[in-house]
Order: sequence, then C-alpha cells, then structure tokens
Amino acid sequence: MSFFEIKNLVKQFGGLTAVNDVSFEVKKGQIFGLIGPNGSGKTTIFNLISSYYPLTSGNIIFKDQDISGFKTYKTCKSGIGRTFQVVKPLGRLSVLDNVIAAAFSAVKTKHEARDVALETLEFCSLHHRKDVLAKSLPIGDRKRLEIARAMATKPELLLLDETAAGLNPSELEGAIDLIRKIRDKGVTIIIVEHIMKVIMTISDHIHAINFGQTIAEGTPKEVASNPAVIKAYLGEEYAQG
Amino acid sequence: MKKHSPILALAILIIFPMVVKSHYHQHLMILFLMWVVIGSGWNVIAGFTGQVSFGDAAFFGTGAYTAGLFATKLGLSAWWGMVFGGVAAMAIAFPFGWICFRLRGAYFALATLALNEIFRHAATIWESLTDGMVGILIMQTFVSKIPYYYIALGLAVISVLTVQIVMGSKWGYYFVSIREDQDAAESLGIHTHFYKMISLNIAAFLTGMAGALFMNYMGFIDPEVVFSLHDISIMAILVGIVGGVGTVYGPVVGAFIMVGVHEFFRTGFFGVFEGIASITGIEFLNVVDKYVGHAHVLGFGILVVLVILLLPNGVVGDWDKLVGSLIPIKKKGAMV
Repeated sequence: MSFFEIKNLVKQFGGLTAVNDVSFEVKKGQIFGLIGPNGSGKTTIFNLISSYYPLTSGNIIFKDQDISGFKTYKTCKSGIGRTFQVVKPLGRLSVLDNVIAAAFSAVKTKHEARDVALETLEFCSLHHRKDVLAKSLPIGDRKRLEIARAMATKPELLLLDETAAGLNPSELEGAIDLIRKIRDKGVTIIIVEHIMKVIMTISDHIHAINFGQTIAEGTPKEVASNPAVIKAYLGEEYAQG
Repeated sequence: MKKHSPILALAILIIFPMVVKSHYHQHLMILFLMWVVIGSGWNVIAGFTGQVSFGDAAFFGTGAYTAGLFATKLGLSAWWGMVFGGVAAMAIAFPFGWICFRLRGAYFALATLALNEIFRHAATIWESLTDGMVGILIMQTFVSKIPYYYIALGLAVISVLTVQIVMGSKWGYYFVSIREDQDAAESLGIHTHFYKMISLNIAAFLTGMAGALFMNYMGFIDPEVVFSLHDISIMAILVGIVGGVGTVYGPVVGAFIMVGVHEFFRTGFFGVFEGIASITGIEFLNVVDKYVGHAHVLGFGILVVLVILLLPNGVVGDWDKLVGSLIPIKKKGAMV
C-alpha cells in the first residue's frame, strides 16, 4: 500500500541508458527531493512518470494503480501535475486563460473553471498579472505560472522541475514559501532542483542519482554528508576529506 | 460601435438583394458568403487550433461531389448534399486526422496538401463514379439568385455563430492551448489528438456544406474546379490570413476582400485596360488585360506578402493599428 512508487525504472535512448534501475517510494504529504549532477537523468525520470517518453522497463504505481503506459493527458487526469524545466507558457493567451485551460481538467463548466483559476492565481500570488499575455511575463512569473497551471488541474502529486533555476534571491524565498504552501494544502511534491539551498531546506527526503543510477538516499543531512554524493558533485578529492 | 458592427453587417446583408438587383453583384455576394463558410472552417483548424491546412479543397470537393452524385446517381435532390456533403467531408477528415495528427507543424500541412492532390486525381480518374473531367451537370432549382443568396447567408451566419460558441467554450480553450504549445496542453490533461480531431471535423463539415452549396448554385462541377489547389485551398488560407488568423470575424472580412481581389484580377482591374483600349485604340492594352486576368495567383501572392508585413494579425486582428495609421488625426484627438 503505497501512495507513489517507481520500481526498477529503465529508459534507454538507443545505446544510451539514461535511467538504469531506479526505484523509490514517495509517502503522502512529503516533499521528495531528486538531485544529481547535470545529465544524471532527473528530468528523464519526470518525463517517464508523465509518460512523455515510453518506458523501456519498470513500473510506476500511483495510488495502487499501475500508471506506466498511460498517455500524458491521462496521467494528469489521474492526479499527477507537472511543470517543465524549460517553461512552456501558452504565449498568446492571458495568464488567466492559461490557468482556465488547465482548470477544465478538474471541473466541467466554464464558470467553475474561471473560479478555480482565479483562486489558484491568488494562491500563487499571480493575481495582479491575470490579464497580461503569458509571453510578456518575466521568468520568475513564468515559473509561477507553470506552478499555477499545474495546481489548477487539482493534482495530488506535483512534479516540480527546477522551479527555482534562474530566480534572484528574493524570488527564491518566494518560491520556497510557495512550495511549502502547496505541501500544506495536502499536495505531495517531487522536486528536481540544482540550487542546494532550496532542496536542503524544504525536502523531507532526498534521493540522489548519477549516470541514471541511485547513489544515495535519506534525509537531507544524510545525503549531504554521503561520500558518493560529494564525489559526484565536487570530485574525487573532496570525498576523502 | 465595434460591438454592434456584426449586427449592422447582418442587417445590410439581409437588405442587400432587395436593394441591389444586379445579378452580377448578387452572384459576387453569394460567393462572398460561401467563402465566409469555408474561411470559418479553415480558421477553426488552422487559426485557432494551429494545424495549418493546405487541403480544404478535399473537403469542399467531397461536399460538392456528394451533392452532385445524390442528384445524378441516386436521383434525389442535390440539396440533400447540404447535410450529407458535410458528413461525407467528415468521413474523409476522420481517418485522415486519425493517422496524420501524429505529424506536427509543416509536416501536417504537407499531408493536407497530399490529401488535396489525392482527391483531385481520384475524382479525375474514377470516371465510372464521377465522370472524370466531364464533370457533373445538374439542373438548378431556382432561376433567381435570391434564394441561393439567403441560403448562403444562413450558412454563413450558422458558421460564424458555431465558431463563436465553440471558441467561447472548453473546446475553444483546448484548441488554442494546442496551438500555443501541444506538449504543455497534453501535460494539462488535454487529450490533444482527440481535440485536434474534433477541430478538423468541424472544419470539414463546414467546408463540405459550402461545397454542396456550390454544386447546387453553379449547377456544374469538375475536378479542376472543386478540388483546385489554388482556387480553393490557397484561397481558404488567404481568406483566413487577410481577415485575421484566430479571430471569429476575420473570415468574414477576409472573404469580402478576397472575393473582391479575385474579381478585380479576373475582370482585368474591373475592365480598366479594356476600357482604355477601346477609347484610345491601343491594341497592346487588350493583351495586358488578358494576362492580368490570368495573373490573379500572382496578385494573391503579393497581397499575402503585404498583409504579413504590414498587418501580421490580419485586418480584424490589427484593426486598431489599421485605423490608427489611416486616420492619424483621430489618434491625436484621443490623446488630448
């Protein structure tokens, strides 16, 4: 009986094994951090969970249901929202319309969708921008829009892909607050992040990968002091010290 | 003013045939209304959903041939084609979309172009069904143009209203989301393949109906006319682009302008060369007249370049910009 679990996930692109036998379990209400150096397979795992790529082998279990092989839209409908590392705003739509389009997968009528969208924008502190075209937003607000859109689909599990990358220090604080607020709302979060300050402060549990394989897991403290993680991030000589 | 202009335009269109008795002008207005229908269809799939179609003639021709064959093969009224032409076009759109919506962007557009050519050749070669290049000739129901005018007007109003209602609904949000970013749309729980199919089928139905209307009105069709790449498919794109891609009333304005431009070239700039030639007796101008008539596709090309350069969102999309540049005084007045 698990909330979300991936089992022996493998993804090969031709001869390259991007994800090699990764397994982990996420408990309901957790903020689960996924870390690793560039190219270690973090985003690929996200793309596998949301069925953006087909799996080579392995299983993804969400609320006791095997969702591996679902189409992307169906994964979303089953309760998994995601954001993209390279943001994908619906450029020529207003911020509000972006979120309304997303809200339709949670509610039926246009009236309800609008209410959900306004509520979500308020929640994500984007309310003052609602009539702006998405393409004219600065990067900080685009990242917020990604989150707002994913939240409007009313997910139980949210996949955040480098939401804090490219933000300035004050925006970073705002992002951390928002992620905590989402967790407090009862949404479980899996977060991929490079900025250690973010991931170490908010994660309940961290899973570290390198070259598509698990190298460490545990609380933020345990992972930060793990020699294999230090080696992967800083190089051989630091690992001994 | 802007809010009431569609109602005003509708009122003028209703009164038009009562005031203007010239058959020539009534004929042009019927063509204009038919192009509103086709343009609206194109706008749904290409303008709003972002799946550019170069193959509207496949749907148009299917609608026209369905109407024609109802009359010649089944001995029924060709007016049945108004419904079944649309349905037949959907029957083409369904398998086509099912297979070809795996393609994106320019690759999908190329597939629609191929669809157009497949149907043109099929209609030419399959003589036992379509009589090939001989075409289909049916008896027109009405002698007067006025019944056709009001039928065309009804269809045009239905098309514009359909587009308006659809685009204000969940489907509309989904279509535009797909246009803006298909991957993002899919991740927001939108079954993009399914909604692209819906969009294409709406377009096909409207275009097929327009084809059936064309058969009933003209009384004669052949493959080169109704499956024509430049006179139907490209014209549909021009109506959309000139009027304003992704605007509800864009195809109305676009159709009006394009039918006008088409006629302008066909008649050799409204007979201006012919007129001067007959007054001055310069034989050369008659030659010019003949070639101008044939050069309408070239004229279309120049027009598209100008529209894309100056009004990238079309006449309706860039209306404020257009008015602002034509009447600079008004702009200054607004600032005071």
